[in-house]
Amino acid sequence: MHDTTVKQLESVVIRFSGDSGDGMQLVGTLFSNLSAELGNEIITFPDYPAEIRAPRGSLSGVSGYQMQLGAHDIFTPGDKADVLVAMNPAALKVNAQFLKPDSVVIIDADSFLPEDLERAQFKTDHPFEELGLKSVQIVAASITQMCKNALEGVADNKQALKSRNIFALGLVCWLFNRPLQIVEKLLSEKFKKKPAVLEANLLVLQAGFNFGHNTHTTVSTYRIETTTHQPGFYTDVNGNKATAYGLIAAAEQAGLPLFLGSYPITPATDVMQELTLRKELGVKVMQTEDEIAGICTAIGAAFAGNLAATSTSGPGLALKSEAIGLAVIAEIPLVVIDVQRSGPSTGMPTKSEQTDLLQALYGRNGESPAVVMSAFSPTDCFDAAYWASKIALEHMTPVILLTDGYIANGSSAWRIPDMKDYPAITPPLVRPEMREGWTPYLRNPENLVRYWAIPGTQDFMHRIGGLEKDYKTGAISTDPDNHLKMVGIRQEKINRIADNLPLQEVGGDTDAEVLVVGWGGTYGHLSEAVSKVRKAGKKVAFTHFRFIQPLPKNTDEILRQYKKVLVVEQNTGQFAAYLRSKIDRFNPYQFNRVKGQPFVVARLVEEIEKLVNQ
Amino acid sequence: MEQTYQPKDYKSAQSVRWCPGCGDHGILNSLHKAMALLGIPPHQTAVISGIGCSSRLPYYMNTYGFHTIHGRGAAIATGVKVANPDLTVWLATGDGDCLAIGGNHFIHAVRRNVNINIILMNNRIYGLTKGQYSPTSARGFVSKSSPYGTVEDPFRPAELTFGARGRFFARVIDVDVKTAPEILKAAALHQGTSVVETLQNCVIFNDGIHDNVLGREVRAERTIYLQQGKKMIFGKDNDKGLVQDGFQLKAVTIGQDGYTLDDVLVHDATIEDPTLHLKLALMDGTDLPVALGIIRQVEAPTYDEEVKNQIISVKEKKTARTLKEFLMSGDVWEVK
Repeated sequence: MHDTTVKQLESVVIRFSGDSGDGMQLVGTLFSNLSAELGNEIITFPDYPAEIRAPRGSLSGVSGYQMQLGAHDIFTPGDKADVLVAMNPAALKVNAQFLKPDSVVIIDADSFLPEDLERAQFKTDHPFEELGLKSVQIVAASITQMCKNALEGVADNKQALKSRNIFALGLVCWLFNRPLQIVEKLLSEKFKKKPAVLEANLLVLQAGFNFGHNTHTTVSTYRIETTTHQPGFYTDVNGNKATAYGLIAAAEQAGLPLFLGSYPITPATDVMQELTLRKELGVKVMQTEDEIAGICTAIGAAFAGNLAATSTSGPGLALKSEAIGLAVIAEIPLVVIDVQRSGPSTGMPTKSEQTDLLQALYGRNGESPAVVMSAFSPTDCFDAAYWASKIALEHMTPVILLTDGYIANGSSAWRIPDMKDYPAITPPLVRPEMREGWTPYLRNPENLVRYWAIPGTQDFMHRIGGLEKDYKTGAISTDPDNHLKMVGIRQEKINRIADNLPLQEVGGDTDAEVLVVGWGGTYGHLSEAVSKVRKAGKKVAFTHFRFIQPLPKNTDEILRQYKKVLVVEQNTGQFAAYLRSKIDRFNPYQFNRVKGQPFVVARLVEEIEKLVNQ
Repeated sequence: MEQTYQPKDYKSAQSVRWCPGCGDHGILNSLHKAMALLGIPPHQTAVISGIGCSSRLPYYMNTYGFHTIHGRGAAIATGVKVANPDLTVWLATGDGDCLAIGGNHFIHAVRRNVNINIILMNNRIYGLTKGQYSPTSARGFVSKSSPYGTVEDPFRPAELTFGARGRFFARVIDVDVKTAPEILKAAALHQGTSVVETLQNCVIFNDGIHDNVLGREVRAERTIYLQQGKKMIFGKDNDKGLVQDGFQLKAVTIGQDGYTLDDVLVHDATIEDPTLHLKLALMDGTDLPVALGIIRQVEAPTYDEEVKNQIISVKEKKTARTLKEFLMSGDVWEVK
């Protein structure tokens, strides 16, 4: 027998799953927004196929949206689900591995007919038994039929089928004691131009809720504590939006116009789409003919005096390599955002990895040092993009910011920042009194940064380009000693950025023997794993890197302080290899997974504990 | 009083490194003159280039200049103009840079009608890499990379420009320092992408490539200088004219075969329909003279201006002016 009382939980994991046309991303987003408004902490994870519409009911067409909500300390979308909504047998099959033993599974009984089971390659008419799901609580609702009933005389069957997702949402709202008013408000905004669709959706939403209410004796319901956040105004953002906002904020702080040159590519396109909406803020966005033109228009815009950026994913970064080299040698400020995805080549476009690190560091001809940094989480993309812009502008260099598909699409509540809390951005613009003896590659002796003369500025006309230049005059030079000097200067210029970076911090038990090291979008999973290990009474320290080239100045010191260092990455060991190359006789332990899926926290805990106990 | 400029005001101190006798010298001089005619201050002028002999040009300009990477000049120039529409932006490019590796950027710049001025120096050869055939080399052309002759047809720059909906196309001769400055000035004044194809001689690797039409003895008979609103007349004695013959253009001698001056076509670069412009542009000097001057010049909205206008019109509708104002106007909730 299941315990069907109201469960008071600290956190809960919910997964909506169905055909890619079933609107699972929509209901997932609605439910997470609703929960955010109620004061939950939330991390979401949309997991969708590359196919826009795979064959109906097929395993390859399953689209999912997972979220974890709770009172506090929510770092990840969770390993396994407490509640699964499976709109068809394929969704059940694909997600069976992500279920907790006593989870609640809501299915549309009308789409679990023999032919549906066959499409999902079930061999019997008993899908739960076949999948070995013995202890789950099944809510088999005739969702399709109930949608038709609810809409009788109001809308046709086609609309009824389209509204199944909203019925499921109504049911989940009941399950979690969520008032419908907020969803109704969100739906009204979403469908304000389609009143007929809105009316139908509101009816089925209520029907779904009522169904839950009428059958509530047969299944557990949940109550989640709300959070006590830092006071302020909050909104919900995903990583790509936060990245876009970070660029806008930086342009405002620097007093420069913002330009983005970009080409659509999964999973980075939303950065461009968000920025192109922000014309009231003066943002200029060009959707160019290709990836190369994306970065080249940005380089042109940077030359012309804008804060310029380009957004892409791995394959696009490869195409932009030559142009990044131009920005390196011409010493032009440029932000390159790489929302990493699975590779090589086209790989798995909708799946996330950390496999572009070495490409970002070294994927160019010649000695071509650029700044490489990363973002930790959806909301951290704002800070990361802000820092990337600040460094690019103040140090006249391209900055490659690595986010990834997981944090780019994942969302959470975000406190709208006060820009007074952020450091100023002051580009090294030429001043009229510098006219005498000025050359385009005259450098600030402290940080080796050249001064920026923006076209249109009187008396500072100059020519720059991709050819090697003389250290003093900036004129073209093929002098061997000069080249050696310039190669050194360009690297040293990047190295000295570390003087302006925050020192690397270590969390957890700083006196532990084991230090866990990560970078980028795995921060949430690593934090949660480390905190679980510590809660179990074991000592472990944790440090997560934002700045990779250059590394924070105390990196060497930190890494040498611990007996055992475990570098955890979603690649085959790129950061570990980089650290080895930077730190003499450094030999870390590694944990690497390249599956296109986020880490499983339980697996990380196991790995860390193994090392602690060793 | 408005400041006036001399060609020397646009010359940089850098010594010019093209081969003696290269056609690029002529175009450079014409550009200096054109800029003085325009009177746009050097600091409000940006000259962008890609890679190749032609692309060295920015170094010889006392303006803002950016010598970029192979083929990407059009994209970079586009970014410069969109980011800062107050600048007058030139792109110096060659047949390899513009039509081979940079073909995609070229056609899209033309299609968008971004207000940049493209000087396409066409010498039908790769000079900087020492003598390989280019995308404008004729079929059968023998070069270091086509020792048995090419087995491919060349691009015709005008055809490509019109295929990309180009609104301004002109053609000049590299050494014609009399008319070229005027044409370049007109190109700069034109609002939108202007393409000026310069028939360029490479003294080292493709010497005399245009001599069949530009040679001293034949030039008057094998070229025609088109002028807006003027009869299309050419020839040493100005006795030849272009007439329409069915669907074709035909060169006739005025006073022969019953043709009079009245039969000769009057040039109109400004009509929207590019059909006749294309016919004129494709004349190759065999049966019909090669057309020089402004072949097509049609007004249309420019990309950079439209980008600006869209921002203005959205600003009229939306009130947020800072990121914070925008965020606060969205879906927010307060935690106290």
